[in-house]
Amino acid sequence: MLPDRTSESAIYPPIDHYALIGDCRSAGLVSRDGSLDWLCLPRFDSPSIFAAVLDAETGGRYLVRPIGEFRTERRYLANTNVLETVFRTPTGACVLRDLMSVSSEEDKRAYLTPEHEVLRQLEGLEGEVEIEILYDPRPDYGRVRPLLEQRGPLGLRCEVDGTSLTLHSEVPLELTDGDRSASGTARIRSGEEAYLSLTYSMEAPAVVPLLGEAARGRIERTVRWWREWANRCAYEGPYRDAVVRSALALKLMTYAPSGALVAAPTTSLPETIGGVRNWDYRYCWLRDASFTLRALYALGYREEAEAYIGWLLHATRLTWPELQVLYDIFGEAKLPERELPHLEGYAGSRPVRIGNDAQGQLQLDVYGEVINGTTRFLDRGGRFDRDTSRMLDGLGRTVCRRWREPDEGIWEGRSGRFHNTHSKVLCWVALDRLIEMHEAGYLEVSVDLFRKERDEIRKEIEARGYNERIGSYTRTFDGEEMDASLLTLPLYGYIEGTNPRMRSTCARIHEKLARDGLVYRYETGTDDGLPPGEGAFGICSFWAVECVTRGGNVEGATYAFEQLLPYANDVGLFAEEIDPDTGAALGNFPQAFTHIGLINAALTLAGYQEENAVAERPSKDIPTEDLT
Amino acid sequence: MNKRGVSLWGFVGTVVLTTLMAGSQGLGLSRINFPFMLGTMFTPNRDRAKLIGFGVHFLNGWIFASVYAAAFESWRRATWWLGGAIGLVHALYVLVAAMPALPAMHPRMASEQDGPTPTKQLEPPGFMALNYGRRTPITVIVAHLLYGAILGTFYRLK
Repeated sequence: MLPDRTSESAIYPPIDHYALIGDCRSAGLVSRDGSLDWLCLPRFDSPSIFAAVLDAETGGRYLVRPIGEFRTERRYLANTNVLETVFRTPTGACVLRDLMSVSSEEDKRAYLTPEHEVLRQLEGLEGEVEIEILYDPRPDYGRVRPLLEQRGPLGLRCEVDGTSLTLHSEVPLELTDGDRSASGTARIRSGEEAYLSLTYSMEAPAVVPLLGEAARGRIERTVRWWREWANRCAYEGPYRDAVVRSALALKLMTYAPSGALVAAPTTSLPETIGGVRNWDYRYCWLRDASFTLRALYALGYREEAEAYIGWLLHATRLTWPELQVLYDIFGEAKLPERELPHLEGYAGSRPVRIGNDAQGQLQLDVYGEVINGTTRFLDRGGRFDRDTSRMLDGLGRTVCRRWREPDEGIWEGRSGRFHNTHSKVLCWVALDRLIEMHEAGYLEVSVDLFRKERDEIRKEIEARGYNERIGSYTRTFDGEEMDASLLTLPLYGYIEGTNPRMRSTCARIHEKLARDGLVYRYETGTDDGLPPGEGAFGICSFWAVECVTRGGNVEGATYAFEQLLPYANDVGLFAEEIDPDTGAALGNFPQAFTHIGLINAALTLAGYQEENAVAERPSKDIPTEDLT
Repeated sequence: MNKRGVSLWGFVGTVVLTTLMAGSQGLGLSRINFPFMLGTMFTPNRDRAKLIGFGVHFLNGWIFASVYAAAFESWRRATWWLGGAIGLVHALYVLVAAMPALPAMHPRMASEQDGPTPTKQLEPPGFMALNYGRRTPITVIVAHLLYGAILGTFYRLK
């Protein structure tokens, strides 16, 4: 049976061989080999401490794994983000538990807690396992090789741009490589435990966490914290495990102090291995707003949803009355894109980019996203103050002024601006929701202007955004091609899923863009300004499920949904894209939008399945023949 | 002693010193956070510690201002350079004598020799508080020089 890996395995593990740990401020990727290959501190978009995922030689890593041949089994402890990796070797087995410690407010009042801590626990299960440890921090995306200082009981410390990184280990470690890395080996026998704690501090005096029993206590507190959070999930349908895992993944990508949700905790994991479609996703896209809020509210995470709304309204004030495509976790709008030529990129996929030039694009759909998102806040009993009301009116006026302009659109193409149908639909959504909120008495907006423009937008979409010859809405006005964003039209309430135009659009998209249930975002020949080659998009595949459901084919949608779930990796995480040939994950990992798509598809399915169940039940009031 | 002068310029000096120390922390010059260090003598709660520590820090600012004022009164002169000189001595005392002795006084601070214990988990400052960043001595000295210079410049002898 053994081995499926050895300590000499390929230097770049497949993207879906990673799992995520985090503390709702930052997150790290741990490979199946027990290597922490990506970690940015103190926040998601900070420079990395470990970046072996982007350059195995110079990125830096923190490795804990058996020496020689081993086989790996992996899972998250149920309803937590505590990762458990079991290594089986010819001589025995041991488990490595990886987590970033988190505590409740009550615990924080009672105990001194480190600012950030990556805690690793080794526990022997059977026989004896020889373990190797390599600690090789390379801050600032591998550009710095700090000197490690051995401070005895206070651990191994290095300074990183004025901050402090300290490793405390129960396994003795020796300084190597001119005191710039440390390594050690240990024999873990059945029943034995060893702890390693890596802490990061921006202020002094730093907390020096205890190992042993105290570390076990921190693991227990972290497990309890995640379980209490996960148990609040209100979804009770047949896909609860996948939905809870997705919710937990989203929580890991939420920056707790501001409520922002990053698109992914990584940068430049490629959309094609060796390709150039490598982007920094450690920022917050307004596009995700409405679907994110739907997911959070429906799952019962009201606090997170309201924090997210708070971030949304705060961030967008900086550029009001215009909206930018993305902002950072505190709402900073300037995120210039730069390349890091010293990193070779994941499996040679250059360039590695930080920052994102999509910030400078015009994407008119974001107005509809933000405004539609705010209606979800109202639906749950929230109310706007006068400033917010004025702000939303300002956004509506911007839509009226700009909807006739071409834009880059949802896919952030780099081949110029077009009249994207999806963008126009979202402009319609923006005005329609503002009018609805005005009519319900929640807002005072320029309603006459908005009604006039809304009707004009719809007229234009129906005249130029639908192609009678192919029987589908089209990617751009007067176009011949489709794209997967059109699947969202019924999701925003622009059109009923059962409308013949929508049904035929959905069918055409499945014919042209889907393969084995996986949906590409647009036809492969489409010029988006970059060399061709990418996988199917996870979110588009889940939109397709929702679209089919809303079209009335709940059975077909259920089947499609169940076909998609196995594309998650062994711990339930999805990347941005999936390679239909191999099922491999592509692009940044894990991707919040894909998990949001999964949750919303599960919610939509649950709603329709429930409706069907009610409809199938004989009723005294409705004659059963009327149901056919 | 001019008590109003001590109150006012002790407060102003402490504000400047605190701002400078916080600024140096923000700029990555030093990690030292005096309010946090002082506040954790009273509570393990990080947020509350900073609040309490802030109060204690300002109280210390006034106490030290009285000492500075006493020196000015005994010399019958107060100038910026005299204040700065006392500030320098003050800073050196803090860095060389007080900081290394802190683990013995602070109920939650670990020692270099014994490491952390269940009740003592804060990193000790070490000689010249170098454990809190290599440039910590410079920022502490500059902050105390300014504190003293402010008192020396604006304090009016009685």
